[in-house]
Amino acid sequence: MSVAELICPAGTPSALRTAVDAGADAVYCGFQNATNARNFPGLNFTPQELEEAVAYAHGRGAKVLLALNTYPPAGRTALWREAAEIGARVGVDAVIVADMGVADHIARAHPGIRLHLSVQAAASSPEAIRYYCAHFGVKRVVLPRILTIAEIRQIRKEIPCEIETFIFGNHGLMVEGRCSLTSYLTGQSTNMDGVCSPASHVEYVRHEDGAMTSRLAGFAIDRFGPDEKAGYPTICKGRYNAPHRPEGYYAFEEPISLNLAPMLHQLIEAGVHAFKIEGRQRSKSYVRTVVSAFRKAVDEIRAGRRADLDGLVALTEGRKQTQGAFATKKWR
Amino acid sequence: MSEIATRIEAGPPTPGGALSRVACLVAQPFLTRIVRRIAQRHPALFARLGAHCRTDYVIDPVELPFALHLRPDPERLILRATPRDRLPPAGASIRGRFLLLLELIDAEQDGDAAFFSRDLEIGGDTEAVVRLRNALDDVDGSIAEEAADMFGPPGRAILAQLRRRYRHVEPQGDGR
Ligand code: SF4
Repeated sequence: MSVAELICPAGTPSALRTAVDAGADAVYCGFQNATNARNFPGLNFTPQELEEAVAYAHGRGAKVLLALNTYPPAGRTALWREAAEIGARVGVDAVIVADMGVADHIARAHPGIRLHLSVQAAASSPEAIRYYCAHFGVKRVVLPRILTIAEIRQIRKEIPCEIETFIFGNHGLMVEGRCSLTSYLTGQSTNMDGVCSPASHVEYVRHEDGAMTSRLAGFAIDRFGPDEKAGYPTICKGRYNAPHRPEGYYAFEEPISLNLAPMLHQLIEAGVHAFKIEGRQRSKSYVRTVVSAFRKAVDEIRAGRRADLDGLVALTEGRKQTQGAFATKKWR
Repeated sequence: MSEIATRIEAGPPTPGGALSRVACLVAQPFLTRIVRRIAQRHPALFARLGAHCRTDYVIDPVELPFALHLRPDPERLILRATPRDRLPPAGASIRGRFLLLLELIDAEQDGDAAFFSRDLEIGGDTEAVVRLRNALDDVDGSIAEEAADMFGPPGRAILAQLRRRYRHVEPQGDGR
């Protein structure tokens, strides 16, 4: 049986402490700038906060993983170098990278730091993963959410590093690190600026009948009826009119969250080393609830018992959940 | 400006306008003390708010006889109980049941989940709302209990009473 480490999100120092107290084996977080893929207003850590967070986590036997998982645009690499330098100084346990340049820099300048390959690198074949391991010494890959469990089991046999998979949270279009939909409307890049659907460009309009329209950069993304559940204002989850579908339809993906609670056992058997919970942008309440539930479940499985994980649907987008490609390639 | 913000500026018809004004007068001295104390004890809040310290937030607990005007400017803090027909133009607005708003402030509920379920409405400047949410979420412990503690046993009794009172009530007016 693999270790099944629980990797939990933290958008603020308080959320990090909450995650550690709720039983996280490791917490991942980022700085207040474009070096990470959750560069949201009011979120994330100052260097001093990260230092204190590392001390808090280490004091309680948990690890801290620093997300440097965006792609530096040409000529602007100083921010990423500086972030890596701070991470090394404060003693983070690993850095999560997507860009080969960032990986190469850290492997050379901070050879003691453990590298994890972000989902944003979209490395989904044994060949791609082995390349990162061979050239940058990557020790763990976070797999894109496009693989079945059978495929994960096969990949595990062919790579020299650990595997981490998402088990809960936001379920986007699954072209991690390559999606330019937001750039198209807002001029800001998910992959380089670290923010999909920047809040500064989002607007919610409530109509007299109780319906609500969500808009991104002035474009309507969806219109929810008075009693309809809502989703994030991301283009991939938008509902659009098209000549052949005048009633409006989800062209890419629906407002829905990934929830692999029923599959934990199979993932462990397939050789998955670590389980990742998405949601650095979510609240402490979410962190506390989801981390505690999965902590209990993983411990039950380790003890050879059946895990019981009901009740997380209230935290899912659109109040809907899916097992996505982990269950079938035809998840839509 | 979004429709929701405009609608809140204009104010929905509130039953008992005189009652609302009296309620504001009663609540105001407490609110002023509470907001000053919370600001003093949690200065890191302002760093997370950034330039939105100067945003006018309208926080509208749908069952209460008044809404709140918050401007979290450390130089000139405002938390004012205001009748709905006298609210200032809102830079950002947050609307929901009283208990939900209280639990969001205390990180007992998840704001995204409340938004998905349509129990929480936001309007105006979304970035301002996100910043306020993240700033409050970084506060350890319960802000509501901190505020209640300022007034000793009567404060704690009032908080307990408010929690009980608003646990199951249906909102008034056009609130959902
Ligand atoms: S639009 Fe969707 S798939 Fe693209 S970056 Fe945003 S959340 Fe991800």
